[in-house]
Amino acid sequence: MSTSNTSGLQGARAHARAMAGTRVEAMPIVPAEEATDLPLGVTRGAMVWEETIAAGGYAAKELERGARLRLVDLRGDACVSMLIFNAEHPIERLNVADTMKVQWNAYLQAGRLLLSDMGRPLMSILADDANTHDTFCGPSNERTPRTYGDSGAWGFHPNARGRLLLGVAKFGLGRKDVHPCINWFKGVRIASDGTTVLEAGPFPPGRSVLLRAEMSVIVVLANCPHVLDRRPTYEATPARISAWRGPITPPEDPIRNATPESLRAFLNVEEYFRR
Amino acid sequence: MNNSAYDGLPRAIRVDEVVAARAPWDGFVQAGETLRIVDLEGNQAVDFLLYAAHDDTERYSAQDTIAAQANILLRVGSILMSNEGRPMAQITATTVAYHDTIGGACSCESNTLRYGHHTKSHHACVDNFLLSHLRHGRGKRDIVSNINWFMNVPVEADGTLGIVDGISAPGLYVDLKMRMDVMAVISNCPQVNNPCNGFNPTPVRVVIANDGPASR
Repeated sequence: MSTSNTSGLQGARAHARAMAGTRVEAMPIVPAEEATDLPLGVTRGAMVWEETIAAGGYAAKELERGARLRLVDLRGDACVSMLIFNAEHPIERLNVADTMKVQWNAYLQAGRLLLSDMGRPLMSILADDANTHDTFCGPSNERTPRTYGDSGAWGFHPNARGRLLLGVAKFGLGRKDVHPCINWFKGVRIASDGTTVLEAGPFPPGRSVLLRAEMSVIVVLANCPHVLDRRPTYEATPARISAWRGPITPPEDPIRNATPESLRAFLNVEEYFRR
Repeated sequence: MNNSAYDGLPRAIRVDEVVAARAPWDGFVQAGETLRIVDLEGNQAVDFLLYAAHDDTERYSAQDTIAAQANILLRVGSILMSNEGRPMAQITATTVAYHDTIGGACSCESNTLRYGHHTKSHHACVDNFLLSHLRHGRGKRDIVSNINWFMNVPVEADGTLGIVDGISAPGLYVDLKMRMDVMAVISNCPQVNNPCNGFNPTPVRVVIANDGPASR
């Protein structure tokens, strides 16, 4: 700790400035191009976001159309809840029901689209070596059953909804805008009687998901224990977030052309940008 | 109206209306009152949302409801949860084995993906929800994942999912007893491109009953 005298302004300023350069695990790297261990093939200058979200933390960022967003479950126990908005018109947002129904499947994996409520892909999934994700159960909230005590955002066991609320608020959005979310890395499968079966992990470290922005988007992320996680202690580990500029999806893209529904979704987004 | 439609309800009938095929409906229902929705002609999906009357930023949440009961199907006993994790209503009776809350509402825009751009002009549940919301100071951001009464959405082992022929029949119903004062919003689904309405949208009946002075 600094031994500066903070009773006066000069001492207080010196104390504050002495913190410069401190590195902790969960923090943004600014500028993002100073990140170490860049994704394979990504040039330094293309990086637009590099941040590690603590267990219980959150982050939000605007990304341009074409950007790649990589989420890494660093130590195998992250659960990244995600909201997505059209950055130009945030009234357009992720619709998990349409995402499942239009693609005739409930389980997210490489090749799938994350669809908005306006019939357009907000993002697509380029790669996924986790294959345990959840479109059903949403974020935890302050009333989620737990044994570890207080879950307020001001404490040490924040709930995911509270984190998402703060994330959307930073973009001028509010309580009505925390729409149904996706939970990455913790899986929920549906049994034949409709039961939700949690794949809770912990999993091997380093599993990742790679997304591509098909529109300019605002992503809001929270990293809190899954709502169905009944472990007695608050179990979560940090998630690394990296994003970089990338090309807009070309007409020959295999995900674009994979199904008739996917093709029409891309035709809609291409029409949206035809101005 | 045939009074057998009141079987099992509290004695005082405050509301008894028919919602036309393809139409929206909304109404306040008080804590303790029972809302019955009757599938008059069979296999008619009824898209449904709830908003807390005191603060409509609190509303039905499909994800909280699924997480709280650890099951995607709505059956007798299911408690409909809000986005704040509070009980809004409970299914106290239903003559249909289960109902859906993962399929969402049809929209003009999603119709273009599901069926082709020739269906964009078809009326859709999102537009019904908007028609209701715009009367009450709400709008598009208030539309969240809803309930589909009388709709059948199986999920197979590999995650394959979709809307298939319904398991409802003429006269079957669902009863909801409210745990808080709410506004209920209905879209009597106009979809004709999948089997959710048997390819023929039909009217449904809405009854609200309470324990006040007997009306019958």
